[in-house]
Amino acid sequence: MYEHDVIVVGAGGAGLRAAIAAHEAGADTAIVSKLHPVRSHTGAAEGGINAALREGDDWELHAYDTMKGSDYLADAPAAETLAQDAPEETIELEHWGMPFSREEDGRVSQRPFGGLSFPRTTYAGAETGHHLLHVMYEQVVKRGIQVYDEWYVMNLVTGDDPDPNDRECEGVVAYDVQTGKVEGFKANQGVILATGGPGQAFDHTTNAVSCTGDGHAMAYRAGAPLEDMEFIQFHPTSLPSTGVLISEGVRGEGGILYNNDGERFMFEYGYANNSGELASRDVVARAELDEVAEGRGVEDEYVHLDMRHLGEDRILDRLENILHLAEDFEGVNGLVEPMPVKPGQHYAMGGIDVDENGQTCIDGLYAAGECACVSVHGGNRLGGNALPELIVFGKRAGRHAAGDDLGEAEIKTGYGDDVEDETETELPVAPGEAGLDSSGGVAADGGVATEAEGLLERAVEQERARVDHLMDKEDGIQHAEIRAKLQKAMTDYVNVFRTGDGIRKALKIIRECREEYQDVYVDDPSRTFNTDLQMTYETRNLIDVAETIALGALVRNEFRGAHWRQENQERDDENWLKHTLISWDDGEPNIFYRPVILEGEKTYEPKVRSY
Amino acid sequence: MSTQQQEPEPQEPESQESPEDPEMKGAESPQNQRLKEKEQGLAQEETVDESDLEGETVHIKVFRYDPEVEGKQEPRFDDFYVPFEKGMTVLDAVMYARDEYDSSLTFRHSCRQAVCGSDAFFVNGKQQLGCKTQISDLEQPIRIEPLPHQEVVKDLVVDMDHFYDQMHAVEPYFQQEDLPDGDLEEQRQSRENREKVKMSTRCIWCAACMSSCNIAAGDNDYLGPAAINKAYRFAMDEREDEEIKEHRLRIVEQEHGVWRCQTQFSCTEVCPKDIPLTEHIQELKREAVKKNLKFW
Repeated sequence: MYEHDVIVVGAGGAGLRAAIAAHEAGADTAIVSKLHPVRSHTGAAEGGINAALREGDDWELHAYDTMKGSDYLADAPAAETLAQDAPEETIELEHWGMPFSREEDGRVSQRPFGGLSFPRTTYAGAETGHHLLHVMYEQVVKRGIQVYDEWYVMNLVTGDDPDPNDRECEGVVAYDVQTGKVEGFKANQGVILATGGPGQAFDHTTNAVSCTGDGHAMAYRAGAPLEDMEFIQFHPTSLPSTGVLISEGVRGEGGILYNNDGERFMFEYGYANNSGELASRDVVARAELDEVAEGRGVEDEYVHLDMRHLGEDRILDRLENILHLAEDFEGVNGLVEPMPVKPGQHYAMGGIDVDENGQTCIDGLYAAGECACVSVHGGNRLGGNALPELIVFGKRAGRHAAGDDLGEAEIKTGYGDDVEDETETELPVAPGEAGLDSSGGVAADGGVATEAEGLLERAVEQERARVDHLMDKEDGIQHAEIRAKLQKAMTDYVNVFRTGDGIRKALKIIRECREEYQDVYVDDPSRTFNTDLQMTYETRNLIDVAETIALGALVRNEFRGAHWRQENQERDDENWLKHTLISWDDGEPNIFYRPVILEGEKTYEPKVRSY
Repeated sequence: MSTQQQEPEPQEPESQESPEDPEMKGAESPQNQRLKEKEQGLAQEETVDESDLEGETVHIKVFRYDPEVEGKQEPRFDDFYVPFEKGMTVLDAVMYARDEYDSSLTFRHSCRQAVCGSDAFFVNGKQQLGCKTQISDLEQPIRIEPLPHQEVVKDLVVDMDHFYDQMHAVEPYFQQEDLPDGDLEEQRQSRENREKVKMSTRCIWCAACMSSCNIAAGDNDYLGPAAINKAYRFAMDEREDEEIKEHRLRIVEQEHGVWRCQTQFSCTEVCPKDIPLTEHIQELKREAVKKNLKFW
């Protein structure tokens, strides 16, 4: 067994920042990550870091933009904390040597971005995330913080008090991917989940293969609710065969979208008569899919993004990286032919229900970054707001877990007095694991353990038994088949366009996936670097997370931000200025709502969101 | 291609790409060279027309080894036949083989877009990232092996510990202690200096360079191209003081440092991010000489 004060799970931007903060606050801190830190998906972020650094800008404008962009579903204390802390955190990165792009006077450069009232997106070329990730890892190396890399965290250890609000997180169980060894990690002060997004719930995503929602699913099953999971951002320009992102910069420079008939459809069919290709992401994504549905898609699948008219010099100057991406990942030369693009899953606004200190309703369990929902992004995330979230809330979670006093949180977590139960929506199938057991017959294995070490040992034994079960089983179904079916269902029915009927179909298929998962087995007999085993674990997590996305999408019968419902294509402030929360409740999920907080230091009155 | 003489660009309202990147304009920038080569390659070679492959299967031969599984303890090659799709990469092919034929086929991969650096393999005898190597550019059968000169853990997975040790050996972190006063005061850095270090900061730690290097293969203590490039990234950054730079130069001019490099350029050739590694090593040699002249 390993023991540390603070255990950080995941080593992207949020995890590394949390670890540095906890270490600086004096805690013995360790990072446990299924990837070596520099492999984390933070490295793929391109745009930049929103921070009010310059004269003429201030945190209040940034908070206002964020609230408006969220379609009034972000919590004001979260958006204000982000806006207030981002400048200092961004400058800290500079002090750590981050190679930001520079102005003539040597100061860091900022540029305009969608939905911002001031050009406050601080950037390092078109590779801001790569530099942020590497700079942060350098600081971890400098401080000698212990990293258990290529250790896959299988479960959290929280005890089983009937009320999650009374549970306490004691540590995690993980296995060493290289050797197959399953071990307990005791956390004396706290566990911080920083496991990134759940993009692999969809079959067409800009997210890495490793973005499987592990933290979401583990926190959920441990009793922390998931919040606003229906809000998924689809980026309008991803490459069809891989989902690799083609930056909005192409359209910013004048790139044009055409359908199969060579029509500039954004104008031709009136999707956005003023902004055309530069309408907001959700509008363009919906327009592209409309074109395909009307039979005007290329190969019935995608549309063309053409930048040839910009000329070779300008493309090489401003969009060089895009040429490499199109060439390397689609085999298309953007200088001589249009690039195929279609909407791809890009970001999850929702996540683990936490307050502005990163804490869940379970004592000692924290979450930060994309896996968490503070909520900063509400119904729609602005470009440039993901990276500051990592550093601002990663740091806060790290400090709080290590015992620093950050003051009492204004945001509430968990099931409490302020929530309202969902009562109206009928579900097509029972969600969760009612009557099923995906733990390989080891979950219910009882015995009373109350002391932390007893709990941890029991949890380690359970995971060892589960691994044995999966590996001893001779036949059945393999994870890849279940995963593919799940991803297809999500892309078919819980995508950009959502209908009640479609979502219900998805829930039925998710239920089938759960049933099939009862029969899952791992074919690779080796304990050495068994990715078959790891992906089998991940697939269970994806099933749980996908189900919460579909459940949220079904109950929220309105159109807000990235969530569109055919039956009610209007934002409904009277009924829906509230967060959707789903708690696991020992396998029989419960859906409830908590009012959004639109009052912080300032008040944010919902207005029509037009740009 | 543009000439080195710049025409002043009209001020554009905004773009998401960095408008300050003058290196893209220089005729001899590595990117331009690479693009030129690619274009010429496209024009001249046309060895495999993608349309010839539509509907075909691709034959890959993948290295297999597992220390604890009978039949795999002796390394062997397995043949897989994978249906071709336009734009298919080597990574796509091995993922297909794993998901459809053999779930024990093991390799690292994550982002699928050449930024996580997980999937450097030895493809048809060259170190390349699986995710950015097009199947249609390769001769079949395609041999896919783990990176040479590193211990194989299983199949295409190699032990990266030695590579990480070398990266850590150059004190790979910014060390300026003397920072500007004021909460929100950044250090100043000239555009030219940022430009100077830019290519070196693009390293994704894939270890292709280290694997390609004959010197590293023969001298286990050699820092290797990636680590030396990391040292270059800091030594050339004007935000660090002179004393720190000298400290950094002392690290890289040690017995197993820059002087081992015999300028074979293999690292530069395989680098998927086009970092001029050999040039960086040579420049550090020159800096070290200058420093020695100063003090000896």
